[in-house]
Amino acid sequence: MSDTASNGQTPLVEMIDMHKRFGGVHAVEGVTIDLYPGEVLGILGHNGAGKTVLTKILSGAHRADEGEIKINGKKVDLHNPRDAQNLGIETIYQTLALADNLDAPANLFLGREIMTGFGTMDDDAMENESRKVIQRLNPNFKNIKDPMRTMSGGQRQSVAIARAVYFNAKILIMDEPTAALGPQETAMVSELIEQLKKEGIGIILISHDLHDVFDLSDRVSVMKNGKLVGTRYTRDVTKDDVLGMIILGKLPGETTPEDGKALH
Amino acid sequence: MTNQSGSERAGAVGQKSESFFNAFFRVTELDLRTTAMLTALIAIWVALYFLTDGLFLSPRNLTNLAVQGAVVGIMATGMVLVIVARHIDLSVGSLVGFTGMFVAWLHVDFFPSILPGILPLDSDLGWILAVIMTLLMGVVIGLWHGFWVAYRGVPAFVVTLGGLLGFRAMAWVVSDGRTISPLNDHFELIGGGANGSIGEFWSWIVGIVAVAIIILITARTRKRRRKYGIATKPLVVEIIMIAVYSAVIFGFVMIMNSYMRPRSDIPRGIPVPVLILIATVIIMTFISQRTKFGRYVYAMGGNPEATELAGINVKRTTTGIFVIMGVLASVAGIVTAARLQSAGNLMGFMQELFVIAAAVIGGTALAGGVGTIFGAILGAAVVFSIINGMVLMQTTSAQQQIALGLVLIFAVWFDVAYTKRKR
Repeated sequence: MSDTASNGQTPLVEMIDMHKRFGGVHAVEGVTIDLYPGEVLGILGHNGAGKTVLTKILSGAHRADEGEIKINGKKVDLHNPRDAQNLGIETIYQTLALADNLDAPANLFLGREIMTGFGTMDDDAMENESRKVIQRLNPNFKNIKDPMRTMSGGQRQSVAIARAVYFNAKILIMDEPTAALGPQETAMVSELIEQLKKEGIGIILISHDLHDVFDLSDRVSVMKNGKLVGTRYTRDVTKDDVLGMIILGKLPGETTPEDGKALH
Repeated sequence: MTNQSGSERAGAVGQKSESFFNAFFRVTELDLRTTAMLTALIAIWVALYFLTDGLFLSPRNLTNLAVQGAVVGIMATGMVLVIVARHIDLSVGSLVGFTGMFVAWLHVDFFPSILPGILPLDSDLGWILAVIMTLLMGVVIGLWHGFWVAYRGVPAFVVTLGGLLGFRAMAWVVSDGRTISPLNDHFELIGGGANGSIGEFWSWIVGIVAVAIIILITARTRKRRRKYGIATKPLVVEIIMIAVYSAVIFGFVMIMNSYMRPRSDIPRGIPVPVLILIATVIIMTFISQRTKFGRYVYAMGGNPEATELAGINVKRTTTGIFVIMGVLASVAGIVTAARLQSAGNLMGFMQELFVIAAAVIGGTALAGGVGTIFGAILGAAVVFSIINGMVLMQTTSAQQQIALGLVLIFAVWFDVAYTKRKR
């Protein structure tokens, strides 16, 4: 019943029949999604729909209770974020997950420090690499050696994105990537997504706001109350159709005229 | 972008006009907070110099001050990591009592009684073995604390409060409440008594090696930064700074060498506990700044969740912190027993408060994420300068503690105000 980009390609990611419970709450219930190379998949839904939990399973932050994850057709077991990173899965969290007391290079390389031959951290090499990658994303960002807490929202976002991009992500998960950004920075993120797409990276965009992701996404998967409502190509549906999926939890064909009135 | 402090890298931002103050900190790359601490310490020393008619800055008193402060200084370096990671360790005073008793009991009671022919009290092997086993005991205690804090989720405050009560009692159990004495003569040298110093020659060697290392590090840093095209300090500034550091180091050696052994003209040189403190500071600074482990400790303090999401094993890192603290506390216990030349039940009593005060006065933020090893040493120096100076002024210990309490509050207030301004 769901659309898949089944042109004979192996999906980059398959999450099949995922379940995750927190105590009595069924946060994710039988959700199946897939993602192809060079594709942008938008995952939409209200707050509490289970979008973030679903993707945190893929980034290794949560362990699924049931379900199967395949990367390039091969079943994988993700025990922690490190496992996901090793498979080329990078995540930009909604909170950005930055240590405010550390500088940009320390955050960028956190957990994956460049070491010298003596087994000590090579701060100069990390600073140098950071400058290069951050410069490309945000040319005005010079003071990368200051602690993160002194930086603007756009700069913080740059560091979080740089962290994901630097390590050659094959799969990039972005949770509400533009929620805290101004128009200029949003444009920067859009541009980056286009560029990464061309490089064959699969991108998952999570948002509660349809308008943030509709134009960027090739497909959208809509979630409601922990369940998948459906997945559609954005070229086949209108924003209103997707809105109906988000709010009513019904697919475009299933809506009644009364439902339509309720939306407007 | 809002204000930037003067501590940022030279040349990173081209400001047209800047005050001498800002320029100074930009060019020297000195940390404003540390510099302020150092200035405060010097001010305290000058004040105490005049208040004690010069007695405070005599070689004899400065040597005593260094030996008195060494035990707390050693532990304060570990407390920095504990507090930076948003934990606390209230047990360190009791640990000094327990490990000090343990090391004494091992080489005075236990070994001679089970292996009288091989490890009598006067054998060197006996006390060396006792020291090694006590350090291992520090590791075990650290694992114990780490287990409860990291793997069972009990707050460190509670776990180490349990330790504060429990380990003091265990010291009592080990010796049946007796004071163990006498200890091995050579073991007592660790405590820096009349003969527990390394002498004039070796003190100079330590000083020369220290200066050589500073020059080497400076040269290496310049080379590395050049390689990556990162701005370096002007050569003149580097040379001046090396000269200043060298003057401080050689000055310190000269002071230690101008205090003579009893009834002789033989200089004592650097006392062993002070040497242990210096080694501890170097090792702990290395751990906190140059190793992944150190980076993760600070990251945890800044944002524990983010650290976990970065794939870092937060539990293991937390346990590592408590293991380091346990080992440092047992080093302190060993030094304390050796210095007192006996092991009694009051060793390290209430010392946790001085250790925490030293770390906090030295700029370690109780909210986590911020603090330096060197700062904690400055903090310890402030604490013991005040105690020592007030003793010389013949004040009561009650007055000293009141003064310390006020200094603690003032130091944290300074820190809060400073951090607010910086934001």
